[in-house]
Amino acid sequence: MLVYLGKRLVYTIPIVIGVSIVCFMLVHIAPGDPLVSVLPPDASEQLKIQMMAAYGFDRPYYEQFFKWCLRAIQGDLGTSIATGRSVTGEVLNAVRNTLLLAVVATFIGFFFGLLFGFVAGYFRNSAIDKIASILSVIGVSVPHYWLGMVLVIVFAAQLNWLPPTGAGPGGSSEWRPDWAHIRHLILPAVTMSVIPMGIVARTIRALVADILSQDFVPALRAKGLSELGIFGHVVKNAAPTALAVMGLQLGYLLGGSILIETVFSWPGTGFLLNAAIFQRDLPLLQGTILVLALFFVMLNLIVDVVQTAIDPRIQRS
Amino acid sequence: MAGSIPVSATASPAARPHVGPWQEAWRRFRKHRLAVASAVVLATLILAVLFGPLLWPVPIDEIDFTARLQGPSWEHPLGTDDLGQDLLARILYGGRISLSVGFTAMLVAVTLGVFIGSTAGMAGGKLDAALMWVTDLFLSLPQLPLLLLVIYLFRDSLKGIFGVEMGVFILIVIVIGGLRWMPVARLVRAQFLSLREKEFVEAARALGASKSRQVVRHILPNALGPVIVAATIDVAAAIIAESTLSFLGLGFPPDIPTWGRLLFDAKDFLDYAPHWALFPGAAIFLTVLAINFIGDGLRDTFDPRKVM
Repeated sequence: MLVYLGKRLVYTIPIVIGVSIVCFMLVHIAPGDPLVSVLPPDASEQLKIQMMAAYGFDRPYYEQFFKWCLRAIQGDLGTSIATGRSVTGEVLNAVRNTLLLAVVATFIGFFFGLLFGFVAGYFRNSAIDKIASILSVIGVSVPHYWLGMVLVIVFAAQLNWLPPTGAGPGGSSEWRPDWAHIRHLILPAVTMSVIPMGIVARTIRALVADILSQDFVPALRAKGLSELGIFGHVVKNAAPTALAVMGLQLGYLLGGSILIETVFSWPGTGFLLNAAIFQRDLPLLQGTILVLALFFVMLNLIVDVVQTAIDPRIQRS
Repeated sequence: MAGSIPVSATASPAARPHVGPWQEAWRRFRKHRLAVASAVVLATLILAVLFGPLLWPVPIDEIDFTARLQGPSWEHPLGTDDLGQDLLARILYGGRISLSVGFTAMLVAVTLGVFIGSTAGMAGGKLDAALMWVTDLFLSLPQLPLLLLVIYLFRDSLKGIFGVEMGVFILIVIVIGGLRWMPVARLVRAQFLSLREKEFVEAARALGASKSRQVVRHILPNALGPVIVAATIDVAAAIIAESTLSFLGLGFPPDIPTWGRLLFDAKDFLDYAPHWALFPGAAIFLTVLAINFIGDGLRDTFDPRKVM
């Protein structure tokens, strides 16, 4: 176990370095001047040089990269060019909002995905199975932001039950666990939950069907184990894969939340990223992408480790 | 040898009529009723966007302020937008671009994936490890933010070289394809690793077939089934990706009304003109749904072991 853990950690390091290099480079191979959005068009040449020096853009790339990495490790991702605030603070605030949305959506999505998947896998080729399978294909085929718009049309514009946009009353971005804030969470979270729902249902169905066709199931039945006991064995066998899918999906939701956040004006990372892109705010852009990518890598690592912990078969391979 | 199509026809018993591998595939595909129905739907959609503008010759950019934000009527079957432009005409025209982006981006992704996967699978050793590391690296990047970033950074320079429409098209196709080749590469590599040790490849090797002949003539055709399934899914994913980019305002400009672009323009009018958002979204949904069902049918066709 410890050896595997060490190997997995060592394997993660080059990926983290690669991700940082890509994040750093992408911004610098961009054509155009990184300061174009803060300087007035008639800025003097001297002011330009001063600003370039102040932000460190005049140093060679490798030097900028090492400085950037060094400060990033200390938790300082630089200063946003557009707002002048610390990138770390802005990103962390946004990550919190996105995580809230993504975690709630993952739970809703997983609950129904597991339900559909287990039922469909257990009663293979029954009517329930066919309906569940078709529903899960629909779930992966529908453009999620469009689903969000349809929900807004129905529940906000027509029925007027729920607020169409924002994270709280009066456009507040601080989240509090009261009804006024939960009301704002419902539509985006439900929309987002459809993303993992279909994939989870499909994966679990195939998995359950596969487990049920293995030899140990008739053996358990033959020794007189109750159906509930057999169900327990199926769950145990399906858990590692289900967990892996869950981690991966949470990662996708973190990265893919930008659409849902645009539809519902949810103040998360996607929203921040969009703003950073349109304002050409390089430090903010680098910081947000780096944090998102590292989250993704960490999540993969955690999933792998937990998977190994609960399924000793993985270690041997 | 599940997951493969025998390429050379085997001698069939004299009593039975000869059934080629593709005929056999078609026979299996036909059994999947939902997939066949979806193929019909998809074919109808493709025909509609190809020939629809001829049958419904309303200009896509005719501005009529007396007919702003109207719901469906005889004159405008799918209603109008905020400039009074006919939505049916715009959806038909935009569908051409959305669909061609989907198919071209799939070709880019599959070509890249097959190339990298087969190189890794044939070479083995350090090259294999390096290529798989790159694949893992790409898989661990957050796709959508990266897509946005790349498009944003390079849009203007490509527009300058190829003109607005072509420049955006090339950029979008390359970027979507360039971020979606990893599953195909892994799939192809896995197939190669097992196929290259099979007896028939060994026989070819023993007969002195060159490496490229082994790949092109013997290994690749047998790895094709899963690739076709992955390619189908990729078309759907690319259509969604294009609509996503356009929806975020980073895809095609407003005078090229792809389905995503229509949704982008419609999103501020959800309370006054819900039809504007409903129809283009439904077009994307229907297309992607049909393609995914076809993908399901193809999976059963090419991998009979997985039929349950």
